[in-house]
Amino acid sequence: MKNLKTMVLSNQELSPGYFRMRLLAPGYSGVARAGQFLMFRVQLSQLPLLRRPFGIFRVGFLPPDCDGLPAKEFVEILYKVVGGGTTLMSQLHQGDRVEVLGPLGRGFDLGDPNQEKILVGGGIGLVPLYMLASELAPKSSVRLLMGGRTRDDILAVTEFERLGVQTYVSTDDGSLGEEGLVTQVLERQLERFPQATVYACGPMPMLEAVQAICARRGIPLQVSLEALMACGVGACLGCVVKGAGHSEANPRYLCSCKEGPVFRSEQLDWSKLGQEPGYCEGCKS
Amino acid sequence: MSAIDQSCQTPKRRPSLAVEVAGIKLKNPVMPASGTFGYGEEYAPYLDLERLGAIVTKGLSLRPKAGNPTPRIAETVSGMLNAIGLQNVGIDAFIEYKLPFLRELNTPVIVNFFGNTLEEYGEVAKRLSDIPEIAGVELNISCPNVKQGGIVFGTDPKAAAEVVSLVRRNLSKPLIVKLTPNVTDITVTARAVEEAGADAISCINTLTGMAVDIRSRKPRLANKTGGLSGPAIRPIAVRMVHQVVQTVKIPVIGIGGIAHAHDALEFLIVGATAVQVGTANFVDPTAMDTIITGIEEFLIDEGINDIRELIGSLKI
Repeated sequence: MKNLKTMVLSNQELSPGYFRMRLLAPGYSGVARAGQFLMFRVQLSQLPLLRRPFGIFRVGFLPPDCDGLPAKEFVEILYKVVGGGTTLMSQLHQGDRVEVLGPLGRGFDLGDPNQEKILVGGGIGLVPLYMLASELAPKSSVRLLMGGRTRDDILAVTEFERLGVQTYVSTDDGSLGEEGLVTQVLERQLERFPQATVYACGPMPMLEAVQAICARRGIPLQVSLEALMACGVGACLGCVVKGAGHSEANPRYLCSCKEGPVFRSEQLDWSKLGQEPGYCEGCKS
Repeated sequence: MSAIDQSCQTPKRRPSLAVEVAGIKLKNPVMPASGTFGYGEEYAPYLDLERLGAIVTKGLSLRPKAGNPTPRIAETVSGMLNAIGLQNVGIDAFIEYKLPFLRELNTPVIVNFFGNTLEEYGEVAKRLSDIPEIAGVELNISCPNVKQGGIVFGTDPKAAAEVVSLVRRNLSKPLIVKLTPNVTDITVTARAVEEAGADAISCINTLTGMAVDIRSRKPRLANKTGGLSGPAIRPIAVRMVHQVVQTVKIPVIGIGGIAHAHDALEFLIVGATAVQVGTANFVDPTAMDTIITGIEEFLIDEGINDIRELIGSLKI
C-alpha cells in the first residue's frame, strides 16, 4: 500500500474503446490480491483533479534483462474510454510518468477449492475476475460467463482460456457467442452445478439480476462494486454503499474502497443499491 | 576546492517553521482540513503523521451520523463537489476507537465538531474539555450539506455569536471557529465570532455549488448541491483570508485549494498563521509532506530564518 511514482510500459487498444495499460510496479507481485484496485493519477497537473479507481487485471514479472538484476514487476489494468480522464489515459505512451496508489481494498475470498467456481463478468467488469481466475484455476474447476452488448465488449477471453478456464460468451446482439443476457447462461450453469460459488463484477443491473438468481438458489455470491471515490483510502466517504440492515434510524454505510470493493452479497442492502447512480468512470456504460 | 571541502561547508541554518495558533504550538503551519483526512490513521501508511503541524479530525457530533445518500461526490474543473453530510462515528466511538491511535503521536490533535442543536454544541464542548489528549477544537458552523448544525449557525452573525459564546462557556480548550464563505461579507461573521470568544478563525469551508448530468438531466449529487473544494476555489479563499486578517486580531488559519507549497505561501503572506490542506490529500496522500518541505526550501531560498517573518508580509 503506497503511492508509486512509476511509468507506463505499454498502453494498447484491445477492442474499440477498451485499453490495456501495463505499468512498472515494484512490490505488486505477491502483495496484490485478486479483487483489489489502484488509484491512478492521470497526469501530474491538476486536470483531471482526482485519481481514478481501476481494478487490477493482473500482476507479473517482465522477462529478465541480461543485467543480472531481478526481473521487474508489472501491474496491468484494463479500462474503457468513457470520459475526459480515460481519454487522456488512452493517449499515454511507453515511458510516460504516472502515479498509482495501491493495491487497495479487500479482494475476493477464494473459498473451498473443491467447489465449482462460476465467474460472471459484464463488459469491463471482467477486470478483477482475471486475477481471481488465475488464483482459483490451479486448484478448482472455474467457469467464466462473459457478457456484453456486442462483440466489442468481450475482452481477454483467450487469456482466461489459457488459464484452463471454461468460457461462455453471450452478447445482447448475438454478434459473438450466445445471443442474450449473461444471466440466462448463469441459470443454466447453476442447474448443472447447484453447489457452485459465484463471483460477479459488472454493471449494476447485471449484479442485481445475479444477486436475485443466487439468493433464490441459496448460492454464495461475492460481488465487486465500483463506486465514485476521491481518496481510495477510507477518508472521503464518497464511495459508501448501503449495508444489510440499513435504515434511516440505524444507518449502515460501507466504504467501497476499504470494506470493499468485494463484498459478500449478504453484506449489502440490495433493495437500495441499484437506485443510486454514480458508478465509476471505468464501469458506467 | 575539492568535492569533500564543499560538502564540509556549514550547511545553511534550517529556518524555524514553528507557529502558535490559539495557544497551540505547531512545529510547522501545515495541517489537514477536517473531513479530508479521516481520523488520521487512514493516511498513516502513506505519510509520517508526526511531520504535520497538527491533525484535524473529521467533524464529530454527539451521536453517530449516517450522512447523505449517494452519489456524494462529483468532480468538476479543478475541483470537486461533495455532499457527504457529516457522516461520523460520534464522539463516544471517537474516544474509544480513534483517539488511542492519535494519542500516541507527537502531533497536536484538533477535534472538529458540530451539533444539530445549540444544546448539542454545548454538550459536545463539555465532553471534549475532559480529554487531555485533545489540544484544541475546531467548531464547524459552516457545513453547507446538512440542514441543522453547520451553516444555519454560520450564515447568521447573531446565531454564530450565540453558538460560539455557548461553546466558549462549556469548553476549557483553545477554540478555533471555521467560517463559511457562503455569505455576503465574511468579515461580519469573523468579527462576531471573535467578540463571542473564538481564539482563532479557520476559513474558508467549501462554496455551495451544483453540477448537472446533461444526459439524465439530474443533479450529479443526490443532495442536489454540494460544497466545492480544490484548486478552483483558491483565489476566493486567499481574498477572504486577506479580508478576515485585516478585520480580526486573533490568528487565522487559511484553507482553500492548497495543493503545493506556493499555494500555502500565498495564504501565509496575506497573514494566515497556519494553513489546512484538504482536497489535495485525496489526490496525493503525501501532499502535506511535500508542502512542508517546499515551504522550508522557500524560506532558505529567500534567506528567511523564521516563518513568522513571512506571515502577513504582503506588500500593497
